[in-house]
Amino acid sequence: MADSSTIMGLHQEEEHHPQLLHHFADAGQQRDAASLGMWVFLATEVMFFGGMFCAYLIYRHWYFGDFGAASKSIDATLGATNTAVLICSSLTVVLAVWAAQTARRALLIGMLVVTMLFGLAFLGIKGYEYYQKFEEHHVPGASFSFDHVPIPGHPGEYANPRHAQIYFSLYFLMTGIHALHMIVGLGIFTWLLVMACKGRFTPEYYTPVEIGGLYWHFVDIIWIYLFPLLYLIDRHP
Amino acid sequence: MSMEIAIPQTVERENYLNKEYGVWSWLLTTDHKRIALLYLVSITFFFFIGGFFALLIRLELLTPAGDLVQADTYNKLFTMHGMVMVFFFLIPSIPAVLGNFLVPMMVGAKDLAFPRINLLSWYLYIIGGAIMLHCMLTGGVDTGWTFYTPFSTNFTNTKIVEAGIAIFIAGFSSILTGLNFVVTIHRMRAPGMTWSRLPLFIWAHYATSIIQLLGTPVIAITIVLVACERALHLGIFDPKLGGDPLLFQHLFWFYSHPAVYIMILPSMGVITEIIACFSRKRIFGYHFVAFSSIAIAVFGFLVWAHHMFVAGISIYSALVFSFLSYAVALPSAIKVFNWTATLYKGSIHYDAPMLYAFGFLGLFTMGGLTGLFLAALGLDVHVHDTYFVIAHFHYIMVGGAVMGYLGGMHFWWPKISGKLYPEGWARLAALIVFIGFNLTFFPQFVLGYMGMPRRYYDYSHMPEFQVLNVLSTAGATVLGVGYLLPMIYFLWSMRYGKPASDNPWNAAGLEWKTASPPPTFNFDEEPVVTWEAYNYDELDAPPQKQEVTVG
Amino acid sequence: MTGHASAKSPLKMYFAVWATLLVFTLVTFKVAFIELGPFNAVVALVIATLKATLVALFFMHIWHAGERLIKVAVAAAIFFLFLLLGLTLSDYLTRPWS
Repeated sequence: MADSSTIMGLHQEEEHHPQLLHHFADAGQQRDAASLGMWVFLATEVMFFGGMFCAYLIYRHWYFGDFGAASKSIDATLGATNTAVLICSSLTVVLAVWAAQTARRALLIGMLVVTMLFGLAFLGIKGYEYYQKFEEHHVPGASFSFDHVPIPGHPGEYANPRHAQIYFSLYFLMTGIHALHMIVGLGIFTWLLVMACKGRFTPEYYTPVEIGGLYWHFVDIIWIYLFPLLYLIDRHP
Repeated sequence: MSMEIAIPQTVERENYLNKEYGVWSWLLTTDHKRIALLYLVSITFFFFIGGFFALLIRLELLTPAGDLVQADTYNKLFTMHGMVMVFFFLIPSIPAVLGNFLVPMMVGAKDLAFPRINLLSWYLYIIGGAIMLHCMLTGGVDTGWTFYTPFSTNFTNTKIVEAGIAIFIAGFSSILTGLNFVVTIHRMRAPGMTWSRLPLFIWAHYATSIIQLLGTPVIAITIVLVACERALHLGIFDPKLGGDPLLFQHLFWFYSHPAVYIMILPSMGVITEIIACFSRKRIFGYHFVAFSSIAIAVFGFLVWAHHMFVAGISIYSALVFSFLSYAVALPSAIKVFNWTATLYKGSIHYDAPMLYAFGFLGLFTMGGLTGLFLAALGLDVHVHDTYFVIAHFHYIMVGGAVMGYLGGMHFWWPKISGKLYPEGWARLAALIVFIGFNLTFFPQFVLGYMGMPRRYYDYSHMPEFQVLNVLSTAGATVLGVGYLLPMIYFLWSMRYGKPASDNPWNAAGLEWKTASPPPTFNFDEEPVVTWEAYNYDELDAPPQKQEVTVG
Repeated sequence: MTGHASAKSPLKMYFAVWATLLVFTLVTFKVAFIELGPFNAVVALVIATLKATLVALFFMHIWHAGERLIKVAVAAAIFFLFLLLGLTLSDYLTRPWS
């Protein structure tokens, strides 16, 4: 009995120090389970965004010109800047994972911080874009106005404000839910940062950094599609 | 701990039920078996709420005049009946109760891959359920469980957004359950437990999880869109503002048609286990049954627009969807044929679980075949939105899914509780459920074919419908008794039932090779699987063989 | 994973992928201002897909460490996304009245 309680004690300690949970056979199984879990979760995320992409596709097809005109009213340079910001953050994430793998704790902490700074920069730029739209009365709702905006490539034709409003609804929904994912990502990275500062990650155990990174890259990939779909349609004069 | 040196023989073995006591040992548990029981209690609660609404609906339809409730109340009754039964009973029923309890044991694992996420999913379910209850008590929803736009977004003044939030949260609970199953089945199998040695219950749950994972997010985003549309009048689903209500229907049914397979696939898994055990035979065509589950999961995603044939979709698209809907009947038929072939020359025992399995076979076949009527473009125009549809999907969801759920509850009750249920009462209940079900829903096929539309509370212009409606209401009463009986004797058996042996049915499968009820980590030592699934010929070969030792 | 890291430093590859992604971003931004008719959208989406593939393969480690199961999960997600888009479009693109 004494033996088994010692084992129990060790077991509990292991559980406390997040290494091997009781129901896994070994660390490899635990890591594989966590990583598959995140990938499967990302698959559900694809479908979650998929519903909005579906709505976008149909209305883009129906209201081709109106979408072009509405898209032209948002600042593509800001969108491109944000794309670059996110791509840089993906690089720092992958460096953070590498630092955890190779036991470079200072680099890990540094890269996590830089990633979060990029994330905040992205949200800041996004917020500024929202502010612009608000100023221009392009936020769907009672004060929405989009009158006499020419349709690109069709001189003399103006966008239908109601159809433009659908574009802006989708714009705010898609970028808004994407931004929500960024905020969740920042939360995850804050937790990773705390854990990294406490020295919890070792080359044997860095799964949280790895799967947190997977989530971040996924949010980046969503933006990689949002950027051309929302910002770059009918840009040419 | 140090006191337990000499354990008297009379003391019960430590198991998951008696390991700890107290409310917190349940509310903070990460043991999949305890979470399964938490789910069992919660879904039973919602089942009786949904059943109560059904009872009121049937009472209203007892007479042609709309005399029991007001039209608005009736709308709310069938809406809340549908929402509660679909999202808070049927979808979690078998996966979250029996699946939660059995998936880790059947694959030979100590727990699901993510026990804390499993507990989280129960809490999400409870939060969603609480919001749904609040929504019901403060007015409810009157749109029908499908909350079609633009009625739900522009016109009704009932609590769409609140109900939407409840379903959204319950949906996440469902996603997390599916995620846990997929990872557990891939990563946690015991040594020797290859894919073709897995019980078909596991294959069915794997297929179910695929749908939960890939379908549920789409209804989640649809609910977000409906809520935004309703709050801000964006125009996405509003024809007046250039939107398309049919887009809502596409997105809604992309989840909600496959959701039917979330309900029926686990039930098929249960039935497979029961039929093999009570025919004392290996299931006929194991691989066909296994892959037909996956095929149903995939094909289930290709047929959704058959709900929209008369809603104004493209006729060419409707042709494709009609064809694909016929295609999904193939894997279902493969299953029915294989079950029947398993029965052939089997040594059949008519215990209560098997009675439910027989009930399932007949009712599911009828539900499936009438589904083909509805998938036919021409006939669907005639019977769309009539009681024919109601009867059809109740044959699948109640005759199929609930029969499977009850059969499974009986089959595994000795394992779950460690007690035997009273067999005589159970057979009687199975019979009552079967008779009550047919009496309730068969007349509805006839009513629907005669043209009685669904969702009407007053049919006084067609008094000739009354006879069939009275039959249906009478049947619902019988059915209600049939559902109350198992609850009563299950509760009774927990205290007074005879103790169950580890394997009272002499069934194959890892879950029967551990104690009843099982210890917290399921197995005293890690099982090593050296036998094929459903090895009933080996189990039955020597007349009185000693207990097979694991490993 | 650990084996790969100790065998050969992946840093060069990470920076190369990062640079390529930035170049692609610049290209897609510039091309958007050139009149290509329907090909504007095609170019934009092809470049986006290339970028997403690079991120998935190299930053998310599908290329080096990903086992087949992970690839199947990704493929399943893409497949079902296309089912949703494709079958919905099968209605919208063939309505004779719109």
